[in-house]
Amino acid sequence: MLIKTKKTIPWVEITDPAVFKNRRMFIKSLLLLPAINPGLSAVLASNRSTGLPDKPEPETLTPTPYGLPQRYTNYYEFSSDKQDPARLAQKLPIDPWSIEVSGEVERGGIFNLEDILSKHTLQERVCRFRCVEAWSMVIPWLGFPLKDLLSRTRPLSSAKFVAFTAVRAPEVMPNLAAQDTLHWPYVEGLRLDEAMHPLTLLATGMYGDPLPKQNGAPLRLVVPWKYGFKSIKAIVKIELLKRPPTTSWHGFAPTEYGFYANVNPAVPHPRWSQYSERVLGSGFFTARRKTELFNGYGHEVAHLYKGMNLSHFI
Amino acid sequence: MSIPYLKPTVTLLCYAPLLWLVLDALSSNLGSNPIQGLHIRLGDWTLRFLCITLAITPAQTVTGWKSLSPYRQLFGLITFTYGTLHVFVYLTVDHFFVWEVIATDIIESAYLWFGVVAYLIVLVLALTTLKTIKNLMGEHWKKLHKHLYLAAGAALLHYFWQLKGNLAEPLLYSTLIALLLVFRVFIRVKNQQQSGLMVQKTKK
Repeated sequence: MLIKTKKTIPWVEITDPAVFKNRRMFIKSLLLLPAINPGLSAVLASNRSTGLPDKPEPETLTPTPYGLPQRYTNYYEFSSDKQDPARLAQKLPIDPWSIEVSGEVERGGIFNLEDILSKHTLQERVCRFRCVEAWSMVIPWLGFPLKDLLSRTRPLSSAKFVAFTAVRAPEVMPNLAAQDTLHWPYVEGLRLDEAMHPLTLLATGMYGDPLPKQNGAPLRLVVPWKYGFKSIKAIVKIELLKRPPTTSWHGFAPTEYGFYANVNPAVPHPRWSQYSERVLGSGFFTARRKTELFNGYGHEVAHLYKGMNLSHFI
Repeated sequence: MSIPYLKPTVTLLCYAPLLWLVLDALSSNLGSNPIQGLHIRLGDWTLRFLCITLAITPAQTVTGWKSLSPYRQLFGLITFTYGTLHVFVYLTVDHFFVWEVIATDIIESAYLWFGVVAYLIVLVLALTTLKTIKNLMGEHWKKLHKHLYLAAGAALLHYFWQLKGNLAEPLLYSTLIALLLVFRVFIRVKNQQQSGLMVQKTKK
């Protein structure tokens, strides 16, 4: 019987194959230990030099348990509760879906989603996702780099920013009528170089499934080094602009939610710390994870912000 | 008014939300962020029992039941119990005693400052419920225990200060507590006027 366990074996506990193959000799040598002491030392020495890494491999991300991200979403158009959108968003019609690309581009227009998707190969990317509310997940997204789409539209040299607009569907979105929190439709934005960064994705799926509606179907943005609210859901418009757009949360509370919204443990939100995060799926009595600058993607994105004061450009 | 076993029954009922919470936790019924679920549920019940505690004196005034006093103490101590569990869950279940992260979190999170203030007030009030201390304090005791309103204010700020948008729930509690406070002030002013009138009458 195969007993499946989710536990990964730490590398220190795994016997080196070279040692394993020579196990008989190893045991014999133990029996003869007093006589062949130098021989044992040689075996042990060979173990040390068999190329085991000095430290563990770079951390491989373990995705958040399937189902959890599907039941825990911030989708304020539907509800300020995180569980409601899983039910309420099912009413959002997503087929057919078209996306307008406009502004400072040579080849703008309104495109059918299928036509866009037919030109791109989907790839899986396992990314950290850090919410400004100090919780985090690890999501295996399916998508393609935003830059592939933007390059096709040929941005003009005047294009400096990209604005994204989410769908506005008041007939199925109960909070749109209220206009009490944010101004709808939801708008997000990036600097053009951020948008052209290979880590910036347009996702159409996760966990090998098509994107669930509550997670932003049919097409959403994923910017893994920024707080989650930057990763806008259900995109209907991508606009290339000369000036930064007024994004939704930034417009609502400019001192609390910056335009950049880079994950940064050193810069607290005015009302709460960003120093640590609750990794969702971790059990009770587990320490919080210490949040990393740029959500751990610093080696890939830090150069974009060279010379910028990150506590000023929040 | 004496209903047999009323106080023990009420006491047991006060622990029903805790039992319900433990059962939900054991059956993984606290949603996708169960630790936050614990925080919110314990915080909510602390605030609810705080409101009940504050409502006892006005209820006495309205109904004229003097026998409600022991219940004010009971609900006060229950408030303290839920508040303590709320803090305990923060330190253990959530932070697992990693003091460096806890310290940074408290220093950098303004919403936590209000929570700490609210808890410290409730803690002092709970400690001074001991009969010997109460007797020692005399008239000061009553004055000190009026600070429960201050704790309520701090608890409300603690609630408001952590939210991103939807403020409906803390607004509801705020309204309730404000009404209770207005009632207390109203009664006090009325009593002062009456005693003032009496003084005038005796002068004549």
